[in-house]
Amino acid sequence: MGVGRLSASSYRFDNVVIRSQAAVVGPKEGEGPLGKYFDRIWPSELNHHTSSEEAELALLTEAQNLALVKAGVEWSQVDLVMGGDLLDQLIATDFAARGHQRPLAGLFSACAVFTESVGLGAMIIAGGGPTVVLAAASSHHMSAERQFRYPIELGYQRTPTAAWTSTAAGACLLVEGRPVKEPDLIIESATFGRVIDWGTKNPNDMATAMAPAAFDTIKQHLRDVGRDISYYDQVYTGDLGVLGVKLLDAMARQEGLDWSSYLDDCGKSLYDTQRQDVHNGGSGPGCSASVFSGFLCRQLRSKEFRRVLLVSTGALFSPTSYKQGESIPAIAHAVAISRMN
Amino acid sequence: MAKVRKLSPEMKKYQNMAGRLRPGKPIVKNAVAAFFVGGLICSVGQGAQWFFMRHGMTPKEATSPTTVVMIGVGALLTGLGWYDRVVKVGGMGGSLPITGFSNAMVAPAMDSRTEGLVLGVGAKLFTVAGPVLTYGLAAAFVVGLLRYLITGVA
Repeated sequence: MGVGRLSASSYRFDNVVIRSQAAVVGPKEGEGPLGKYFDRIWPSELNHHTSSEEAELALLTEAQNLALVKAGVEWSQVDLVMGGDLLDQLIATDFAARGHQRPLAGLFSACAVFTESVGLGAMIIAGGGPTVVLAAASSHHMSAERQFRYPIELGYQRTPTAAWTSTAAGACLLVEGRPVKEPDLIIESATFGRVIDWGTKNPNDMATAMAPAAFDTIKQHLRDVGRDISYYDQVYTGDLGVLGVKLLDAMARQEGLDWSSYLDDCGKSLYDTQRQDVHNGGSGPGCSASVFSGFLCRQLRSKEFRRVLLVSTGALFSPTSYKQGESIPAIAHAVAISRMN
Repeated sequence: MAKVRKLSPEMKKYQNMAGRLRPGKPIVKNAVAAFFVGGLICSVGQGAQWFFMRHGMTPKEATSPTTVVMIGVGALLTGLGWYDRVVKVGGMGGSLPITGFSNAMVAPAMDSRTEGLVLGVGAKLFTVAGPVLTYGLAAAFVVGLLRYLITGVA
Protein backbone atom coordinates (compact mmCIF):
# COMPACT_ATOMS: atom_id res chain seq x y z
CA MET A 1 0.00 0.00 0.00
CA GLY A 2 1.01 3.56 -0.58
CA VAL A 3 0.63 4.90 2.91
CA GLY A 4 3.29 4.64 5.59
CA ARG A 5 2.74 5.47 9.24
CA LEU A 6 5.56 7.64 10.55
CA SER A 7 4.05 8.31 13.96
CA ALA A 8 0.65 8.78 15.54
CA SER A 9 0.58 12.19 13.85
CA SER A 10 2.29 11.76 10.50
CA TYR A 11 1.87 9.65 7.38
CA ARG A 12 3.91 9.29 4.21
CA PHE A 13 2.31 8.70 0.80
CA ASP A 14 3.76 7.16 -2.34
CA ASN A 15 1.20 7.63 -4.99
CA VAL A 16 -0.91 10.72 -4.54
CA VAL A 17 -0.71 13.44 -7.15
CA ILE A 18 -2.26 16.90 -7.32
CA ARG A 19 -3.63 16.81 -10.84
CA SER A 20 -5.05 20.32 -10.90
CA GLN A 21 -5.95 23.21 -8.67
CA ALA A 22 -7.99 26.39 -8.86
CA ALA A 23 -8.31 29.58 -6.83
CA VAL A 24 -11.12 32.14 -7.07
CA VAL A 25 -10.91 35.28 -4.95
CA GLY A 26 -12.68 38.55 -4.19
CA PRO A 27 -11.65 42.00 -5.45
CA LYS A 28 -9.50 42.96 -2.45
CA GLU A 29 -7.53 39.72 -2.70
CA GLY A 30 -7.18 40.31 -6.44
CA GLU A 31 -5.62 43.71 -5.77
CA GLY A 32 -3.08 42.13 -3.43
CA PRO A 33 0.46 41.14 -4.36
CA LEU A 34 -0.64 37.62 -5.39
CA GLY A 35 -3.47 38.84 -7.63
CA LYS A 36 -1.88 37.65 -10.87
CA TYR A 37 -1.65 34.06 -9.64
CA PHE A 38 -5.37 33.54 -9.08
CA ASP A 39 -7.52 31.92 -11.74
CA ARG A 40 -10.45 34.27 -11.31
CA ILE A 41 -10.99 37.52 -9.48
CA TRP A 42 -14.51 38.62 -8.70
CA PRO A 43 -15.31 42.25 -9.59
CA SER A 44 -17.20 42.78 -6.32
CA GLU A 45 -17.59 41.06 -2.96
CA LEU A 46 -21.10 39.84 -3.74
CA ASN A 47 -20.74 39.46 -7.51
CA HIS A 48 -24.50 39.92 -8.08
CA HIS A 49 -25.51 37.43 -5.40
CA THR A 50 -28.18 38.49 -2.95
CA SER A 51 -26.50 37.42 0.28
CA SER A 52 -22.93 36.95 1.42
CA GLU A 53 -23.65 33.30 2.25
CA GLU A 54 -24.92 32.72 -1.27
CA ALA A 55 -21.82 34.49 -2.58
CA GLU A 56 -19.52 32.18 -0.62
CA LEU A 57 -21.35 29.14 -1.94
CA ALA A 58 -20.90 30.45 -5.50
CA LEU A 59 -17.24 31.22 -4.89
CA LEU A 60 -16.57 27.69 -3.64
CA THR A 61 -18.57 26.10 -6.45
CA GLU A 62 -16.63 28.13 -9.02
CA ALA A 63 -13.28 27.00 -7.60
CA GLN A 64 -14.40 23.35 -7.48
CA ASN A 65 -15.73 23.41 -11.03
CA LEU A 66 -12.63 25.14 -12.33
CA ALA A 67 -10.29 22.58 -10.74
CA LEU A 68 -12.18 19.82 -12.54
CA VAL A 69 -12.23 21.67 -15.87
CA LYS A 70 -8.47 22.22 -15.68
CA ALA A 71 -7.92 18.50 -15.14
CA GLY A 72 -10.44 17.49 -17.80
CA VAL A 73 -12.34 15.49 -15.21
CA GLU A 74 -16.13 15.23 -14.99
CA TRP A 75 -17.98 15.48 -11.68
CA SER A 76 -19.14 11.87 -12.17
CA GLN A 77 -15.51 10.77 -11.96
CA VAL A 78 -14.96 12.34 -8.53
CA ASP A 79 -15.16 9.68 -5.82
CA LEU A 80 -15.22 11.93 -2.81
CA VAL A 81 -15.40 15.64 -2.08
CA MET A 82 -13.71 16.83 1.11
CA GLY A 83 -13.46 20.24 2.68
CA GLY A 84 -15.03 22.88 4.83
CA ASP A 85 -15.64 26.51 5.57
CA LEU A 86 -16.28 28.77 8.54
CA LEU A 87 -20.02 29.11 8.40
CA ASP A 88 -22.29 27.53 10.99
CA GLN A 89 -23.31 24.00 9.98
CA LEU A 90 -20.80 24.20 7.10
CA ILE A 91 -23.40 25.62 4.76
CA ALA A 92 -21.06 26.65 1.94
CA THR A 93 -19.52 23.17 1.60
CA ASP A 94 -22.78 21.33 2.22
CA PHE A 95 -24.88 23.46 -0.13
CA ALA A 96 -22.23 23.16 -2.86
CA ALA A 97 -22.63 19.39 -2.51
CA ARG A 98 -26.34 19.76 -3.12
CA GLY A 99 -25.32 20.93 -6.56
CA HIS A 100 -22.53 18.50 -7.48
CA GLN A 101 -24.23 15.40 -6.05
CA ARG A 102 -20.99 13.57 -5.26
CA PRO A 103 -20.21 11.82 -1.94
CA LEU A 104 -19.18 14.42 0.60
CA ALA A 105 -17.01 14.37 3.72
CA GLY A 106 -17.54 17.79 5.28
CA LEU A 107 -14.84 18.75 7.74
CA PHE A 108 -14.34 21.48 10.30
CA SER A 109 -11.14 22.77 11.81
CA ALA A 110 -11.75 26.47 11.16
CA CYS A 111 -9.01 27.97 8.99
CA ALA A 112 -6.95 24.76 9.14
CA VAL A 113 -9.51 22.81 7.15
CA PHE A 114 -7.72 23.01 3.81
CA THR A 115 -4.66 21.03 4.88
CA GLU A 116 -6.89 18.71 6.90
CA SER A 117 -8.81 17.94 3.70
CA VAL A 118 -5.71 17.54 1.54
CA GLY A 119 -3.96 15.41 4.18
CA LEU A 120 -6.96 13.14 4.77
CA GLY A 121 -7.66 12.96 1.05
CA ALA A 122 -4.09 11.86 0.36
CA MET A 123 -4.24 9.32 3.16
CA ILE A 124 -7.40 7.60 1.97
CA ILE A 125 -6.25 7.61 -1.64
CA ALA A 126 -2.89 6.13 -0.67
CA GLY A 127 -4.69 3.64 1.57
CA GLY A 128 -6.53 2.19 -1.41
CA GLY A 129 -9.85 3.96 -0.95
CA PRO A 130 -11.18 6.46 -3.44
CA THR A 131 -8.95 7.30 -6.38
CA VAL A 132 -10.17 10.81 -7.17
CA VAL A 133 -10.72 13.29 -4.31
CA LEU A 134 -11.57 16.96 -4.60
CA ALA A 135 -10.32 18.92 -1.56
CA ALA A 136 -11.55 22.47 -1.15
CA ALA A 137 -12.05 25.27 1.36
CA SER A 138 -13.67 28.67 1.26
CA SER A 139 -14.32 31.81 3.24
CA HIS A 140 -16.08 35.08 2.54
CA HIS A 141 -15.23 38.32 4.30
CA MET A 142 -18.81 39.45 4.71
CA SER A 143 -20.33 36.16 5.83
CA ALA A 144 -17.55 35.71 8.39
CA GLU A 145 -17.93 39.29 9.66
CA ARG A 146 -21.63 38.70 10.17
CA GLN A 147 -21.11 35.46 12.03
CA PHE A 148 -18.08 36.28 14.15
CA ARG A 149 -17.93 40.05 14.42
CA TYR A 150 -20.37 42.83 13.57
CA PRO A 151 -22.76 43.84 10.79
CA ILE A 152 -20.82 44.93 7.69
CA GLU A 153 -21.78 48.59 7.79
CA LEU A 154 -21.25 49.01 11.53
CA GLY A 155 -18.38 51.41 12.17
CA TYR A 156 -15.69 50.27 14.57
CA GLN A 157 -11.93 50.40 14.84
CA ARG A 158 -10.05 47.16 14.32
CA THR A 159 -7.20 46.44 16.66
CA PRO A 160 -3.69 46.15 15.13
CA THR A 161 -3.72 42.39 15.78
CA ALA A 162 -7.04 41.76 14.03
CA ALA A 163 -7.08 39.61 10.90
CA TRP A 164 -9.04 40.23 7.73
CA THR A 165 -11.12 37.21 6.73
CA SER A 166 -10.41 36.71 3.06
CA THR A 167 -12.99 36.27 0.32
CA ALA A 168 -11.36 33.31 -1.33
CA ALA A 169 -11.81 29.69 -2.30
CA GLY A 170 -9.27 27.10 -3.35
CA ALA A 171 -9.69 23.56 -4.64
CA CYS A 172 -7.22 20.78 -5.45
CA LEU A 173 -7.95 17.60 -7.35
CA LEU A 174 -6.06 14.70 -5.80
CA VAL A 175 -5.70 11.50 -7.80
CA GLU A 176 -4.08 8.15 -7.29
CA GLY A 177 -1.13 7.35 -9.44
CA ARG A 178 2.47 7.93 -10.27
CA PRO A 179 3.30 11.41 -11.45
CA VAL A 180 3.02 11.28 -15.21
CA LYS A 181 2.47 14.71 -16.58
CA GLU A 182 5.41 16.93 -15.97
CA PRO A 183 5.55 18.72 -13.63
CA ASP A 184 3.04 16.84 -11.52
CA LEU A 185 2.95 17.66 -7.85
CA ILE A 186 3.02 14.91 -5.28
CA ILE A 187 1.81 14.93 -1.72
CA GLU A 188 4.71 13.47 0.22
CA SER A 189 3.39 13.41 3.74
CA ALA A 190 0.93 14.92 6.18
CA THR A 191 1.00 15.68 9.88
CA PHE A 192 -2.25 16.11 11.80
CA GLY A 193 -2.02 18.56 14.66
CA ARG A 194 -3.04 18.48 18.29
CA VAL A 195 -5.27 21.12 19.83
CA ILE A 196 -3.03 23.58 21.64
CA ASP A 197 -4.37 26.25 23.98
CA TRP A 198 -1.89 28.51 25.68
CA GLY A 199 -4.44 30.78 27.25
CA THR A 200 -5.06 33.48 24.65
CA LYS A 201 -8.54 34.91 25.11
CA ASN A 202 -8.72 37.82 22.70
CA PRO A 203 -10.65 36.87 19.53
CA ASN A 204 -9.00 39.85 17.82
CA ASP A 205 -5.58 38.28 18.31
CA MET A 206 -5.76 34.85 16.70
CA ALA A 207 -2.07 34.99 15.80
CA THR A 208 -1.07 34.66 19.46
CA ALA A 209 -3.61 31.86 19.91
CA MET A 210 -2.47 29.89 16.85
CA ALA A 211 1.31 30.29 16.75
CA PRO A 212 1.97 27.61 19.44
CA ALA A 213 -0.17 25.13 17.48
CA ALA A 214 1.78 25.84 14.29
CA PHE A 215 5.06 25.44 16.17
CA ASP A 216 3.94 22.14 17.68
CA THR A 217 2.84 20.71 14.33
CA ILE A 218 5.94 21.84 12.41
CA LYS A 219 8.23 20.42 15.10
CA GLN A 220 6.31 17.15 15.13
CA HIS A 221 6.39 16.99 11.35
CA LEU A 222 10.13 17.53 11.06
CA ARG A 223 10.78 14.95 13.77
CA ASP A 224 8.52 12.40 12.06
CA VAL A 225 9.95 12.80 8.57
CA GLY A 226 13.45 12.95 10.05
CA ARG A 227 14.42 16.16 8.27
CA ASP A 228 15.71 19.60 9.00
CA ILE A 229 13.56 22.58 8.02
CA SER A 230 15.95 23.25 5.13
CA TYR A 231 14.47 20.18 3.42
CA TYR A 232 11.71 22.58 2.38
CA ASP A 233 12.24 25.64 0.22
CA GLN A 234 9.61 27.39 2.26
CA VAL A 235 7.23 26.62 5.11
CA TYR A 236 3.95 28.48 4.66
CA THR A 237 1.67 28.79 7.66
CA GLY A 238 -2.02 29.47 7.00
CA ASP A 239 -3.04 32.72 8.64
CA LEU A 240 -0.65 33.59 11.44
CA GLY A 241 -0.07 36.97 9.82
CA VAL A 242 2.68 39.41 10.62
CA LEU A 243 2.61 38.89 14.39
CA GLY A 244 2.16 35.12 14.22
CA VAL A 245 5.24 34.57 12.05
CA LYS A 246 7.28 36.68 14.49
CA LEU A 247 6.00 34.57 17.39
CA LEU A 248 6.70 31.32 15.56
CA ASP A 249 10.21 32.45 14.75
CA ALA A 250 10.77 33.55 18.36
CA MET A 251 9.56 30.18 19.69
CA ALA A 252 11.93 28.35 17.35
CA ARG A 253 14.79 30.61 18.44
CA GLN A 254 14.11 29.78 22.09
CA GLU A 255 14.79 26.15 21.22
CA GLY A 256 17.95 27.08 19.35
CA LEU A 257 16.46 26.72 15.88
CA ASP A 258 16.91 29.35 13.19
CA TRP A 259 13.82 29.07 11.03
CA SER A 260 13.54 32.71 10.04
CA SER A 261 14.54 32.37 6.37
CA TYR A 262 12.14 29.44 5.85
CA LEU A 263 8.99 30.88 7.37
CA ASP A 264 6.30 32.68 5.48
CA ASP A 265 2.56 32.95 5.84
CA CYS A 266 -0.37 32.81 3.42
CA GLY A 267 -2.31 35.52 5.27
CA LYS A 268 0.70 37.83 5.29
CA SER A 269 1.34 37.22 1.56
CA LEU A 270 -2.25 37.57 0.37
CA TYR A 271 -2.44 41.31 1.02
CA ASP A 272 -0.14 44.26 1.03
CA THR A 273 -0.37 44.80 4.79
CA GLN A 274 0.91 48.37 4.52
CA ARG A 275 -1.40 49.54 1.77
CA GLN A 276 -4.52 47.39 2.10
CA ASP A 277 -5.32 48.11 5.72
CA VAL A 278 -5.70 44.50 6.83
CA HIS A 279 -3.69 44.89 10.04
CA ASN A 280 -2.23 41.49 10.91
CA GLY A 281 -3.02 39.99 7.48
CA GLY A 282 -5.55 37.67 5.88
CA SER A 283 -7.34 34.76 7.52
CA GLY A 284 -10.08 32.24 6.82
CA PRO A 285 -10.08 28.72 5.33
CA GLY A 286 -10.01 30.28 1.86
CA CYS A 287 -6.79 32.11 2.67
CA SER A 288 -4.43 29.12 2.73
CA ALA A 289 -6.60 27.28 0.16
CA SER A 290 -6.32 30.07 -2.41
CA VAL A 291 -2.70 31.00 -1.72
CA PHE A 292 -1.73 27.35 -2.10
CA SER A 293 -3.93 26.63 -5.12
CA GLY A 294 -3.11 29.93 -6.80
CA PHE A 295 0.38 30.98 -5.85
CA LEU A 296 2.27 28.03 -4.30
CA CYS A 297 1.20 25.40 -6.83
CA ARG A 298 2.33 27.68 -9.64
CA GLN A 299 5.63 28.33 -7.93
CA LEU A 300 6.12 24.59 -7.59
CA ARG A 301 5.11 23.81 -11.15
CA SER A 302 7.22 26.62 -12.57
CA LYS A 303 10.21 25.25 -10.63
CA GLU A 304 10.57 28.28 -8.38
CA PHE A 305 10.09 25.91 -5.49
CA ARG A 306 10.95 22.24 -5.26
CA ARG A 307 9.24 21.42 -2.00
CA VAL A 308 6.86 23.30 0.26
CA LEU A 309 5.32 22.57 3.66
CA LEU A 310 1.85 24.07 4.00
CA VAL A 311 0.67 24.42 7.59
CA SER A 312 -2.89 25.78 7.74
CA THR A 313 -3.76 27.13 11.16
CA GLY A 314 -7.18 27.26 12.80
CA ALA A 315 -8.54 29.08 15.84
CA LEU A 316 -11.25 26.79 17.19
CA PHE A 317 -13.39 29.27 19.08
CA SER A 318 -17.03 30.15 18.59
CA PRO A 319 -18.82 33.46 19.17
CA THR A 320 -20.33 31.83 22.24
CA SER A 321 -17.16 30.36 23.74
CA TYR A 322 -15.15 33.56 23.97
CA LYS A 323 -18.06 35.49 25.48
CA GLN A 324 -18.19 32.82 28.18
CA GLY A 325 -14.57 33.63 29.01
CA GLU A 326 -13.05 30.54 27.42
CA SER A 327 -9.58 30.79 25.94
CA ILE A 328 -9.03 30.03 22.26
CA PRO A 329 -7.83 26.52 21.35
CA ALA A 330 -5.94 26.26 18.09
CA ILE A 331 -4.88 23.55 15.65
CA ALA A 332 -2.51 23.27 12.71
CA HIS A 333 -2.29 20.55 10.07
CA ALA A 334 0.68 20.21 7.74
CA VAL A 335 1.03 18.76 4.25
CA ALA A 336 4.31 18.44 2.37
CA ILE A 337 4.06 18.97 -1.40
CA SER A 338 6.87 18.53 -3.87
CA ARG A 339 7.52 18.64 -7.58
CA MET A 340 8.51 15.30 -9.04
CA ASN A 341 11.36 16.38 -11.24
CA MET B 1 -17.26 25.53 32.04
CA ALA B 2 -13.62 25.52 33.06
CA LYS B 3 -12.96 29.19 32.52
CA VAL B 4 -9.92 29.62 34.71
CA ARG B 5 -7.33 27.30 33.29
CA LYS B 6 -4.05 27.50 35.07
CA LEU B 7 -1.29 28.64 32.77
CA SER B 8 1.97 26.75 33.00
CA PRO B 9 5.21 28.75 33.35
CA GLU B 10 5.90 28.02 29.67
CA MET B 11 2.53 29.47 28.66
CA LYS B 12 3.04 32.53 30.86
CA LYS B 13 6.44 33.09 29.32
CA TYR B 14 4.87 32.84 25.87
CA GLN B 15 2.09 35.29 26.70
CA ASN B 16 4.69 37.76 28.01
CA MET B 17 6.68 37.39 24.80
CA ALA B 18 3.51 37.91 22.73
CA GLY B 19 2.78 41.03 24.75
CA ARG B 20 6.19 42.43 23.82
CA LEU B 21 5.92 41.60 20.11
CA ARG B 22 2.31 42.69 19.71
CA PRO B 23 1.95 46.03 17.93
CA GLY B 24 0.47 48.72 20.18
CA LYS B 25 -2.64 50.73 19.42
CA PRO B 26 -1.85 54.24 18.11
CA ILE B 27 -3.58 55.85 21.09
CA VAL B 28 -2.47 59.46 20.55
CA LYS B 29 -3.32 59.38 16.84
CA ASN B 30 -6.69 57.79 17.62
CA ALA B 31 -7.47 60.35 20.31
CA VAL B 32 -6.66 63.29 18.03
CA ALA B 33 -8.75 61.78 15.22
CA ALA B 34 -11.64 61.15 17.65
CA PHE B 35 -11.47 64.77 18.81
CA PHE B 36 -11.74 66.18 15.31
CA VAL B 37 -14.26 63.69 13.89
CA GLY B 38 -16.47 63.94 16.99
CA GLY B 39 -16.07 67.72 16.96
CA LEU B 40 -17.06 67.92 13.32
CA ILE B 41 -20.22 65.84 13.86
CA CYS B 42 -21.18 67.97 16.88
CA SER B 43 -20.60 71.14 14.84
CA VAL B 44 -22.98 69.88 12.19
CA GLY B 45 -25.51 69.19 14.95
CA GLN B 46 -25.00 72.68 16.33
CA GLY B 47 -25.56 74.08 12.84
CA ALA B 48 -28.82 72.17 12.58
CA GLN B 49 -29.99 73.47 15.93
CA TRP B 50 -29.19 77.07 14.92
CA PHE B 51 -31.13 76.52 11.70
CA PHE B 52 -34.25 75.50 13.63
CA MET B 53 -33.79 78.36 16.12
CA ARG B 54 -33.56 80.85 13.27
CA HIS B 55 -36.94 79.54 12.14
CA GLY B 56 -38.58 80.53 15.38
CA MET B 57 -37.90 77.66 17.80
CA THR B 58 -36.52 78.02 21.31
CA PRO B 59 -33.23 76.14 21.94
CA LYS B 60 -35.20 73.46 23.82
CA GLU B 61 -37.76 73.08 21.02
CA ALA B 62 -34.97 72.84 18.45
CA THR B 63 -33.42 69.82 20.22
CA SER B 64 -35.89 67.25 18.91
CA PRO B 65 -35.76 68.15 15.19
CA THR B 66 -31.95 68.44 15.46
CA THR B 67 -31.81 64.89 16.84
CA VAL B 68 -34.02 63.68 14.02
CA VAL B 69 -31.81 65.35 11.42
CA MET B 70 -28.62 63.86 12.89
CA ILE B 71 -30.15 60.37 13.07
CA GLY B 72 -31.18 60.82 9.44
CA VAL B 73 -27.67 61.88 8.45
CA GLY B 74 -26.18 58.87 10.27
CA ALA B 75 -28.66 56.51 8.61
CA LEU B 76 -28.00 58.00 5.17
CA LEU B 77 -24.22 57.74 5.53
CA THR B 78 -24.60 54.16 6.78
CA GLY B 79 -26.80 53.29 3.84
CA LEU B 80 -24.27 54.75 1.44
CA GLY B 81 -21.57 52.64 3.11
CA TRP B 82 -19.61 55.65 4.36
CA TYR B 83 -20.26 55.78 8.08
CA ASP B 84 -18.08 52.76 8.88
CA ARG B 85 -15.20 54.71 7.33
CA VAL B 86 -15.98 57.71 9.53
CA VAL B 87 -15.75 55.53 12.65
CA LYS B 88 -12.71 53.71 11.34
CA VAL B 89 -10.89 57.04 11.43
CA GLY B 90 -12.69 58.73 14.28
CA GLY B 91 -13.30 55.81 16.66
CA MET B 92 -15.44 56.89 19.58
CA GLY B 93 -15.66 60.35 17.99
CA GLY B 94 -17.87 58.65 15.40
CA SER B 95 -19.57 56.06 17.63
CA LEU B 96 -20.62 58.25 20.54
CA PRO B 97 -22.67 61.01 18.84
CA ILE B 98 -26.25 60.14 17.92
CA THR B 99 -25.13 59.52 14.32
CA GLY B 100 -23.18 56.56 15.74
CA PHE B 101 -26.32 55.32 17.45
CA SER B 102 -28.09 55.58 14.11
CA ASN B 103 -25.28 53.56 12.52
CA ALA B 104 -25.66 50.90 15.23
CA MET B 105 -29.36 50.55 14.35
CA VAL B 106 -29.21 50.78 10.58
CA ALA B 107 -26.15 48.51 10.06
CA PRO B 108 -27.76 45.37 11.57
CA ALA B 109 -31.02 46.18 9.78
CA MET B 110 -29.22 46.31 6.42
CA ASP B 111 -27.22 43.24 7.27
CA SER B 112 -30.11 41.00 8.21
CA ARG B 113 -32.64 41.97 5.56
CA THR B 114 -31.84 38.76 3.66
CA GLU B 115 -33.38 36.86 6.59
CA GLY B 116 -36.69 38.70 6.19
CA LEU B 117 -38.45 41.55 7.96
CA VAL B 118 -39.45 39.60 11.06
CA LEU B 119 -36.73 37.03 11.79
CA GLY B 120 -34.04 39.21 10.18
CA VAL B 121 -34.50 42.95 10.55
CA GLY B 122 -36.99 42.71 13.42
CA ALA B 123 -34.98 40.27 15.48
CA LYS B 124 -31.52 41.67 14.77
CA LEU B 125 -32.26 45.41 14.84
CA PHE B 126 -31.12 45.84 18.43
CA THR B 127 -28.18 43.42 18.45
CA VAL B 128 -25.64 46.25 18.62
CA ALA B 129 -27.62 49.04 20.28
CA GLY B 130 -29.54 46.68 22.59
CA PRO B 131 -27.04 46.62 25.48
CA VAL B 132 -26.71 50.41 25.36
CA LEU B 133 -30.49 50.85 25.46
CA THR B 134 -30.98 48.23 28.19
CA TYR B 135 -28.41 49.65 30.55
CA GLY B 136 -29.16 53.24 29.52
CA LEU B 137 -32.80 52.74 30.57
CA ALA B 138 -31.74 50.96 33.73
CA ALA B 139 -29.37 53.80 34.62
CA ALA B 140 -32.06 56.40 33.86
CA PHE B 141 -34.43 54.57 36.18
CA VAL B 142 -31.90 54.55 39.02
CA VAL B 143 -30.99 58.22 38.52
CA GLY B 144 -34.69 59.21 38.29
CA LEU B 145 -35.43 57.30 41.49
CA LEU B 146 -32.56 59.01 43.33
CA ARG B 147 -33.73 62.38 42.09
CA TYR B 148 -37.24 61.65 43.38
CA LEU B 149 -35.99 60.47 46.77
CA ILE B 150 -33.69 63.47 47.21
CA THR B 151 -35.71 66.32 45.73
CA GLY B 152 -39.22 64.93 45.87
CA VAL B 153 -39.76 65.94 42.22
CA ALA B 154 -40.87 63.11 39.94
